[in-house]
Amino acid sequence: MLTILFDGIAYGMLLFVVACGLAVTLGLMNFVNLAHGAFAMAGGYITVILVNRAGLPFLASLPLAFIFTAIVGAVFERTLYVHVYAKSHLEQVLFTIGLVFMSVAAADYAMGSSQVFARTPPELQGQINFFGVGIGRYRLLIILVCGLLTVALQFALASTRFGSRLRAAVDDARVARGLGINVNAVFAVTFAVGSGLAGLGGALGAEILGLDPHFPLKFMIYFLIVVTVGGTSSITGPFIASLLLGIGDVAGKYYVPQFGAFIIYIIMIVVLIWRPQGLFSRAIAK
Amino acid sequence: MSVMANPPPKPLVAKAAAHLASRARWSPLEIAFWLAALASIFLLPSKHLILTEIAILGLFAVSLDLILGYAGIVSLGHAAFFGFGAYVAGILAKYGIIKEPILAMLASGVAAAALGFVTSFLVLRGSDLTRLMVTLGVALVLREIANRLEITGGADGLQGVEMQPILGHFAFDIFGKTAYVYSLIVLFVLFLIARRIVNSPFGLSLRSVKGNPLRASAIGIHVNGRLVAVYTIAAAYAGVAGALLTQSTQFASLSVLDFERSADVMLMLIIGGTGYLYGGMIGAVLFKLVQDYLANVNPQYWQFWLGLGLVMMIMFGRVYGAVIATVIFAICMTTNLPFMHQILFTLVVVAVLGLARPDVLKLTSAITERAVAVQKKLKARFTRQPKGS
Amino acid sequence: MAPVLETKGLVKQFGGIVATNDVTLSVEKGARHALIGPNGAGKTTIINMLTGVLRPTAGTILLEGRDITGMEPHKRVQLGIARTFQINQLFADLTPLETIGLAVSERMELGGQWWRLVGSKGIVIDESVEILDRFNLADVMDERTGNLPYGKQRLLEIALAIACRPHVLLLDEPAAGVPEAERRGILDAVAALPSDVTVLLIEHDMDIVFSFADRISVLVNGTLFVEGPPEEVAQDPRVKAVYLGEEAHDA
Repeated sequence: MLTILFDGIAYGMLLFVVACGLAVTLGLMNFVNLAHGAFAMAGGYITVILVNRAGLPFLASLPLAFIFTAIVGAVFERTLYVHVYAKSHLEQVLFTIGLVFMSVAAADYAMGSSQVFARTPPELQGQINFFGVGIGRYRLLIILVCGLLTVALQFALASTRFGSRLRAAVDDARVARGLGINVNAVFAVTFAVGSGLAGLGGALGAEILGLDPHFPLKFMIYFLIVVTVGGTSSITGPFIASLLLGIGDVAGKYYVPQFGAFIIYIIMIVVLIWRPQGLFSRAIAK
Repeated sequence: MSVMANPPPKPLVAKAAAHLASRARWSPLEIAFWLAALASIFLLPSKHLILTEIAILGLFAVSLDLILGYAGIVSLGHAAFFGFGAYVAGILAKYGIIKEPILAMLASGVAAAALGFVTSFLVLRGSDLTRLMVTLGVALVLREIANRLEITGGADGLQGVEMQPILGHFAFDIFGKTAYVYSLIVLFVLFLIARRIVNSPFGLSLRSVKGNPLRASAIGIHVNGRLVAVYTIAAAYAGVAGALLTQSTQFASLSVLDFERSADVMLMLIIGGTGYLYGGMIGAVLFKLVQDYLANVNPQYWQFWLGLGLVMMIMFGRVYGAVIATVIFAICMTTNLPFMHQILFTLVVVAVLGLARPDVLKLTSAITERAVAVQKKLKARFTRQPKGS
Repeated sequence: MAPVLETKGLVKQFGGIVATNDVTLSVEKGARHALIGPNGAGKTTIINMLTGVLRPTAGTILLEGRDITGMEPHKRVQLGIARTFQINQLFADLTPLETIGLAVSERMELGGQWWRLVGSKGIVIDESVEILDRFNLADVMDERTGNLPYGKQRLLEIALAIACRPHVLLLDEPAAGVPEAERRGILDAVAALPSDVTVLLIEHDMDIVFSFADRISVLVNGTLFVEGPPEEVAQDPRVKAVYLGEEAHDA
């Protein structure tokens, strides 16, 4: 059972790393980006190309995946996304769905429609025996990397100038502008970092989540659940929501395979009925 | 309580009555639309299969228009009712529970209405975003259920659906003529009912709820009650559309509950426009034609162009967006580049258009101004008295 | 005579902020009662609680002796209380005729009828046209509300509340934002309100208050400060201090 817990935590942290960019985007610019999963997919595929075709070491390709998707994110943000911030949530959803369709088709063409896996180095395969509990090495790596990232994020948010600007802008963009904070620049950087993190998460997660061209559609609901259940006014909300989701999903599929997949949907629906603004946030102003 | 001190002047009352009546009057374009639909039965015999699909999608889109265009409820999971109706109809036929197709179709509609009623309370609270999420969640739950249950056939879908003749007399033929006439009649009848509803006091109250729910409740309208009612009706319509699909194709696949279905029907409403009932049907026609064309030209990746169209339409408006997307597509097709290059080319063009969007918008609004001015001139020339507007 | 509208110990708290502090108000039938006070005193909050938009933290509200404290907004309208909003809350895409017709139709409980066409009930049209005519809106009855000049919209705002045939009408700054040229129309409409309708008026404009009201309550920081007939309130030194004090502070 501890293995399940461990796997669930790994899964949850992976979800968090991918979804936190989405959470900040929503909280900061009130923007619904259903195409967020496409960035994760891009990161996964980049890693696959770098490792399988260019022969780079797996660990080296991770930061490259981050950088690449961050750059793509920045470019998309400045050229495309910036035009839909002021539009209704529905239009934003449709806009990003359009981007998802395009990315799914492009990935299908470029990488084939079957699942692919990056060749992970042998040190990361198999399990370590920890007091009688089998701990997958790969999952251990995920937890370590994601844990470090979470700590780094929390530090950046709480203790850096940029972090306080970001928090101010999330809290009230108008007031933040009035204080002289360049909210658009904050957002561009945040969006890029968020996309990069999604890419990194996708690269790390390809092994576990399964990477195929339909990834953005399959996992869209997971990221959205993390964000709506966790709320958008903090990092801890989505973090806890991700863990809840990861453990719930893994445990559910193991113990109750008939209903495993439902559990997360039901959780989401129940939470949204009970608290439409998420478990941890104030109401989103709209 | 104030009693009317002076009854209002007769001419004013007449003017008021005329104004209200004009909204519900059948315009020549409407009549032409339905005549064309009727004619298509006889004039396009080889196209009945795709026309049936269009009629079904049109009904599905009208059902979404009822909640989105008239009541302002956003939903990313309307396929839930479509798929539910589809499966119910399939099960009714396959297990011989209700053999006559019309009865089965009505039963599916009622079943979908029940589902709509039960889930309606989910969309009453929360913001638009919450509604999008919750409706998406419901559709996904339903899809999972269909995936698991034996009675629905699981991942393979519901097979072995055999349809009895309609009213015991009109058998479903392989050319799809029966199916088309059947679907078209159902669409027309349901459309008539919907048209009555939106032009009724109830429909007016829906429009007020969409426009300003706060004020609507402040003049005594039970907002939630109206929303539940229209959501239930829309669910019934979607369920009937799904039932028609199963009955005409004699098969119900898991894809009826896909997210893409909900997204596609949204796209149809964007193309055709919301809030006047015909938008969904026009959108369905255009969507299906475009999709069919793209699927023939570019079998695996037509979704790419669909996505491009969606992106462009949001960025530049419905008309110009479609035009721009078509131009990009045409360039790619005529230059016959390998698809990878087409993708890159498209991305570059999209990025450039994005950077230059303010200028593009200036250009498009200038074009629109010109078009409106020309239209005014033509109108003035063809009418006897110039009406100051 | 029993008051037609009463609040008892009404309190509203937003987190740590007390917006309404133990307000006990009593309005007589047919009264022209004005509620005044500096900006941010909580006047609109009280109206929102009276109409059900906000839930009071404590206290009760009685309409014609009936406890409506927890009642939903639309039910209160059906019991006879209607309001206007400080900023126009209209249906931009509907025409004035449709707007008034909607309110009249709802009041006659015809609102749920989906099988009839709008405009097929003569009495609804008659009454709607009469109301529009009374408020000088007959000439714009078939234009889109969103396109109307602000003054006309403001008249429609009031007409819409009247169309609900309320026993109690809550007017939230009816003349707010109305250009000078169109103010007269608003003021005339307010003055011409039927005498059996009880009016609670929030206003900043003291000319309107003193020409219209027969009783004034002064609200400061959520607390009822002074209450009485206009002459008394006008002379009260505390009221002067509150207003003049405010001005001195702002200057």
